[in-house]
Amino acid sequence: MKDGEPKGKGDIHATPMLDQLEDGPWPSFVTGLKRLRDTKDAKYAPMMNDLMGQLNKSYENRKGYWKGGVVSVYGYGGGIIPRYSEVGEEYPESKEFHTLRVMPPPGFHYTTELLRQMCDIWEEHGSGLIAFHGQSGDIMFQGCTTENTQKAFDALNKIGFDLGGAGPALRTSMSCVGAARCEHSCYDEARAHRGIINQFLDEMHRPSLPYKFKFKFSGCGNDCVNAIHRADFAVIGTWRDDIKVNQERVKEHVANVGRKYMIDTVISMCPTRALSLNDDDTLDIDNKSCVRCMHCINVMTKALSPGDDKGVSVMIGGKRSLKVGDLMGTMIIPFMKLDTDEDYEKLEEFAETCIEFFADNALEHERIGECIDRIGVPAFLEAVGVEADPNMVNHPRTSSYVRTDDFDIEAAKWFERKALEAGLTVAGE
Amino acid sequence: MSAESVKPRTPDEVGVPDHIQYMHPTLVKNHGAWDYHDRPRPGVLRHVAKSGDEVFTIRAGTQRQMDVYTIRTLADIGDKFADGHIRFTTRSNIEYMVTDEAKVQPLIDALGEEGFPIGGTGASVTMISHTQGWLHCDIPGTDASGVVKGLMDMLHDEFIQEKMPNRVRITTSCCQINCGGQGDIAINVQYTKPPKINHDLVANVCERPAVVARCPVAAIRPAMVDGKPTLEIDEKKCICCGACYPPCPPMQINGDDSTKIAIWVGGKHSNARSKPTFHKLAVANLPNNAPHWPEVNAIVKRIVQAYKKDAKHWERMGEWIERIGWSRFFDMTELAFTKHHIDTWTGARNTMNSSAHIHF
Repeated sequence: MKDGEPKGKGDIHATPMLDQLEDGPWPSFVTGLKRLRDTKDAKYAPMMNDLMGQLNKSYENRKGYWKGGVVSVYGYGGGIIPRYSEVGEEYPESKEFHTLRVMPPPGFHYTTELLRQMCDIWEEHGSGLIAFHGQSGDIMFQGCTTENTQKAFDALNKIGFDLGGAGPALRTSMSCVGAARCEHSCYDEARAHRGIINQFLDEMHRPSLPYKFKFKFSGCGNDCVNAIHRADFAVIGTWRDDIKVNQERVKEHVANVGRKYMIDTVISMCPTRALSLNDDDTLDIDNKSCVRCMHCINVMTKALSPGDDKGVSVMIGGKRSLKVGDLMGTMIIPFMKLDTDEDYEKLEEFAETCIEFFADNALEHERIGECIDRIGVPAFLEAVGVEADPNMVNHPRTSSYVRTDDFDIEAAKWFERKALEAGLTVAGE
Repeated sequence: MSAESVKPRTPDEVGVPDHIQYMHPTLVKNHGAWDYHDRPRPGVLRHVAKSGDEVFTIRAGTQRQMDVYTIRTLADIGDKFADGHIRFTTRSNIEYMVTDEAKVQPLIDALGEEGFPIGGTGASVTMISHTQGWLHCDIPGTDASGVVKGLMDMLHDEFIQEKMPNRVRITTSCCQINCGGQGDIAINVQYTKPPKINHDLVANVCERPAVVARCPVAAIRPAMVDGKPTLEIDEKKCICCGACYPPCPPMQINGDDSTKIAIWVGGKHSNARSKPTFHKLAVANLPNNAPHWPEVNAIVKRIVQAYKKDAKHWERMGEWIERIGWSRFFDMTELAFTKHHIDTWTGARNTMNSSAHIHF
């Protein structure tokens, strides 16, 4: 049947373009869509038939046919991504195809029982199509009518799940697998994740910020959830004492891979030339020059590990192009101990300070990174009560166009702070 | 219906759920107390806790956009072999954790029988992080799941083995907002023509000052056309970024033939060795040819193979290019370097070579 021809109820749309995506070794989403379409007596089968018809039309005409709108559930102003079809007359069963963004557990852990509950709910109220996960971390329940949106949410809410963020609001967060299964983990990522997001749910469920605000939590500098690029507030695990070395395991590693390979892939690749191989095949580390990049630890997982005095760095202002261009997070808190209840509270307080700064100072549709660019980092530091630190910069300024008549006062503060820190208190206080 | 029965249910604002209740018991027991890990074979991780406990993780690729049948199949496998616990990676791979090494191979076999590739660990090309595309987005220039399916079919061998110099992270994005994110290779829609404006609709659909404010190069201004308030574009200034399209759909940025694909290289999230980097333009103006995107596919393959052949162990794509120089990158991949590769945006001069260092 040709695209666009009138069809009788129950006719299967021809999908010649999509059909070509069923062969090959990678699991096919098209085969999955067809399983839903062909489920006998399923409420969602006609919806998926029309969805596939519309998608095939997109493939043929190279054009998208969805438009947004306003759909929400009782008590919330966000979390549903409304989709209405522009070609709904042709594909009436999928003319409403909304997505529920649902926050996942930190680290994306599930039981099979939970997955089955989600499947049952989504067969009852939605399309039977679920994405694990969207780019912000949400479980995306894709394909719901306006009428069923509240029912689907109620059912998911009853099993302990909540809507995520959309629009100018606090967004759903992500954390790496972290302490649950990774020896590199420098803090309890999930605890920080839940602690912060669950404290500011109002900002998520009732959008009223200037624009989106994202937190992401990575347990070490490998940054497996891409926090520095993608988060307004990136929390990255680190440590401030020495890398832990098991010299016997270093020797084993050298024996296994060979001395040249060890030098080429570990010693020479240290970004700050902090490593040296001793004549007896043990490792010499200049910990004062180490920048906690994780490379040598990644290569020698058995022999090396992060130190014991662990905590986090906080980097602020990451985002993609719109509108001033790409920004990565900037180091704002080089080290914050994250161990006791008070430490976690301190991180939550700093998060609150930053959200308040953002709410009060950003222009409409401006991310915090752009806002900081507009006012300058020193003004931001003053606003959030953080002192300047050399770890914030690649190098000090090169432009002489700055007024420095209070330089001596600022320098006196630095020396005073250094004296106070002699006992190693927490940075960022 | 009584008033009572239509009163909506008040949501229970539970927020982020507690993950501990869903975690494998061995992970709960050894939380924060892991010693090291290794990889017995591609697709399998072995984590050893300080307690001496071991957990084997079997990683398999999925199509991300999953029907309930696929999810239940994955759940069945989890029930049979992995104590009913699973997790997903940030790149939509599924992971099963088992404590008994004897269960690893049967689990691999079961996943294989159901068509899920085992891999994505270590120096492999793992699953592509991607967007929604024509399936669900309201502003897409191309599809996402379909492009990814075609690419992962082509890269399947590199997913199931660990024979790359280092890990390769690929992303795709169906507009220039780039929701797919930074990557060693990023495959992104690149618009090539200014938006075509439907002047009849602008006044009713768009908040005009917000659209004017959204433009990064101040190319949009209010106008009157046929007596109706609308917007106009200074096409000489327009950079065809599409930023005006989401807040104002009558500014149609997508065109059957003008929506193209660009490939970017050298983005890196990790801090390992070098600092994180953004991806850089490799090639633009590739056709948006569903359902297999053959032109895009061929160039991605060329870039992956050049990197595989020439990079040193542990060098990521961007680090490799930095060592060999961009001249050799363009030679090895048989791609053109043009004036469009030279940045013109804020801070562009910082991306130029201000030294006598050159590559031949």
